[in-house]
Amino acid sequence: METPSRFQPQERTLLRSLLHSGLPFYLWVAGLGGLFLWGIRAYTVQLQEGLAATGMRDYVSWGLYITNFVFFIGISHVGALMSAILRISGAAWRRPVTRMAEAITFSSLFFGALMPIVDLGRPDRILHLLFFPRIQSPIVWDFVCIFTYLIGSTIFLYLPMIPDLALLRDERSQVRGWRHKLYSILALGWRGTPDQRGSLERAMSLMAVLIIPIAVSVHTVVSWIFGMTLRPGWNSTIFGPYFVMGALVSGAASVVVAMAAFRRFYHLEEYITLKHFRNMALLVLALDLIYIYFNIAEYLTVGYKMEEAERGLLYTLVGGEYALAFWLVQIGGLLLPALLFILPEVGAVERIRRVPLLRPRPLAAAASISLAAMVLLVTQGPTQTGVDFGSLGSSVSWAVALLLALLVISTLPALRAHRILAYVLGAGLIVIQAWLKRYLIIVPTLLNPYLPIQDPRIEWTTYIPTWVEWSITLGAMAGFALLYTLFSKLFPIVSIWETREEEPVPAIAHQARQREVEA
Amino acid sequence: MPERRTVSRRQFLKLSALAAGAAALGRGALARLGQTVGATAAQIGAFLPAFRADAQTLGRLIGQDGRELQPVPPSPRSAPQRRKWVMVIDLARCDGCGKCTEACTAMHMVPFGQEWIKVYRMKDNAAAGAYWFPRPCMQCDNPPCVAVCPVDATFKREDGIVLIDQDRCIGCRYCMAACPYSARSFNWAEPPHTAAELARSYSMELNIPHRKGVVEKCVFCPGLLREGQLPACAAGCPMGAIYVGDELEDTVTNSWGETARFSELVHLGGGYRYLEELGTEPRVYYLPHRDHQYPMPETAGQIGQQRG
Repeated sequence: METPSRFQPQERTLLRSLLHSGLPFYLWVAGLGGLFLWGIRAYTVQLQEGLAATGMRDYVSWGLYITNFVFFIGISHVGALMSAILRISGAAWRRPVTRMAEAITFSSLFFGALMPIVDLGRPDRILHLLFFPRIQSPIVWDFVCIFTYLIGSTIFLYLPMIPDLALLRDERSQVRGWRHKLYSILALGWRGTPDQRGSLERAMSLMAVLIIPIAVSVHTVVSWIFGMTLRPGWNSTIFGPYFVMGALVSGAASVVVAMAAFRRFYHLEEYITLKHFRNMALLVLALDLIYIYFNIAEYLTVGYKMEEAERGLLYTLVGGEYALAFWLVQIGGLLLPALLFILPEVGAVERIRRVPLLRPRPLAAAASISLAAMVLLVTQGPTQTGVDFGSLGSSVSWAVALLLALLVISTLPALRAHRILAYVLGAGLIVIQAWLKRYLIIVPTLLNPYLPIQDPRIEWTTYIPTWVEWSITLGAMAGFALLYTLFSKLFPIVSIWETREEEPVPAIAHQARQREVEA
Repeated sequence: MPERRTVSRRQFLKLSALAAGAAALGRGALARLGQTVGATAAQIGAFLPAFRADAQTLGRLIGQDGRELQPVPPSPRSAPQRRKWVMVIDLARCDGCGKCTEACTAMHMVPFGQEWIKVYRMKDNAAAGAYWFPRPCMQCDNPPCVAVCPVDATFKREDGIVLIDQDRCIGCRYCMAACPYSARSFNWAEPPHTAAELARSYSMELNIPHRKGVVEKCVFCPGLLREGQLPACAAGCPMGAIYVGDELEDTVTNSWGETARFSELVHLGGGYRYLEELGTEPRVYYLPHRDHQYPMPETAGQIGQQRG
């Protein structure tokens, strides 16, 4: 039965993004597919040579793979945040972006769960986890929680999609062939009857409540992989909430990036407006500030006491080998995004344009020349090794910081004019920070054991990831993006029916319950 | 449905399948029993009525003819001996010669680069003198490595020894991250093999032959202990610095043949366990390096100053 299209103009745009793909899309998919295959190629090398193909050795026995694992699992938290927490709290603005978040959860959980398997010395024995599990081990907790979350979030992704799938199934003029068959099967005979709606609402409400503790448990037990050891740097009581917050902020930030990408490439400007970016930015900002608080709590309590075993690690982070990465995370990945979210809102930034020194172009030119001069000076001078705060106190690093701060300030008027750009920049920095932060939690800690590292094999006493590890990391990231992209081509990335919904959702559930009472 | 059909087709099929299965099982069990009993079938009659037990035969199975019944060959996972192995290392005697490491490496054919007992150069603070510090596996009574193993590959035996089953290990290296003593090594590549090593059948009491992608460590030489000998490192120490013995017997012995009361040695000698504050309850005790008569290391590492 041919029915006329029931789609509104903005929904037709969405439908077009689903059914029609241009050359850029195919190039993007081909590029991601190529990177993903390259990662698989690198893994075959690792299978042949063993983990010797990586830069990991006895001291740093976990590296990029476990970093990726924690990163992906962290990103995956956004599904529960957006769909469950915002659903329960009745934030109606979430509707057009919910599915983007849930699809991120699905894709990142998939690749997150793969990473520990890539890290195994004997992947052929992976089934031992099923045959001989010891429930005392946090790895088994992880296995159980991640598997539960994967299933739960897949259900949670699928349930609200059913009415949309039925819409697509009934759109016979455009949706034909295998797509029609697929949508027919997956729509489960949805007709939108009050009974069906009631069941769906009940199922979704139930899932929303169930998924929150599952999601919290997932990142808590991921953090407990570290928190249950005696290592200085991991032996911390706040690791559970600290990691859950880190997960939420990185996941919410990744949604902001995804929103911008879909808005631009799928022309969803009518669905995703400045209002949505603003609300998401506020959410990310709040989470970012809480995460900054956790960072202060974690490092200040250690740094204040300077306990002997923790001291070495702290020195490595704030003033030693990993100082650059550490401060990039703290300043560039946590503080700067907060400023990028807040400062463009301040009306006074318009006046920056009037300060001649702070005009972007002259400042950028001056800054790059001075930066180059400083880099030259630093590399020419005597290189500092060992543990001290020298690099922190040097006037060069302060000058660099000042210049960078001036550069940021000079861009503020432009960012005020392009708020979405500011939000996406901030969110992007947070996502990068999230990865780097996990690396800093894992690698420097392993380089600071209780017993001093005294090994004649110098290459064993540090960690430099090999091309195999980088390729697999890149392949996993590309695979994640590929899975996410393909999902958006198979299913509408914006929930059509929920966005249409005029009434708040609980009212429908209430009506359904009323009917039950009457019947 | 007609009443007279008491057995439906489905039920019939189920019953047949069950019967066939039972028949197959029964045949297998009978055959196995026959194999087990075999030539001794005649003696079984004499054994069957009862077993004898008295004060002299505590913990053993004695047949009616007075002969001890051989139990199932002990699995390396369960140590049948009523023992609690313990090690005492006298740091005042250690001159850092590294003979313990050499002996261990030879005994266990340890892959190149690994040191199951490693001699560290230590210094407790800026004012104190440096000293040598041999570190075997501490065989902790509250072992963090065993706690975190997801597949029960590493385990604690009743005789105090922590072993690794390399047939079980999945190579996740969580135990290495959890061990505060850096006592565990991983075979990142296929370890270089010798013909002698490959000729041995695998034993988790030796960690031989070595395998790729699994964790290894010091195992306290359970085979040697069972035969009443010192572990390789203790036997190989020319200074008699490493004592090994049974805590229940309260005796420890070193390579010089000196035997001491374990409790006295540790009690009077100021014995301590490394990183006691972590609560791992190590089975390796150290006697402080007081009045040492041998050259001490010139450079040394200290906690908080890593990679010395």
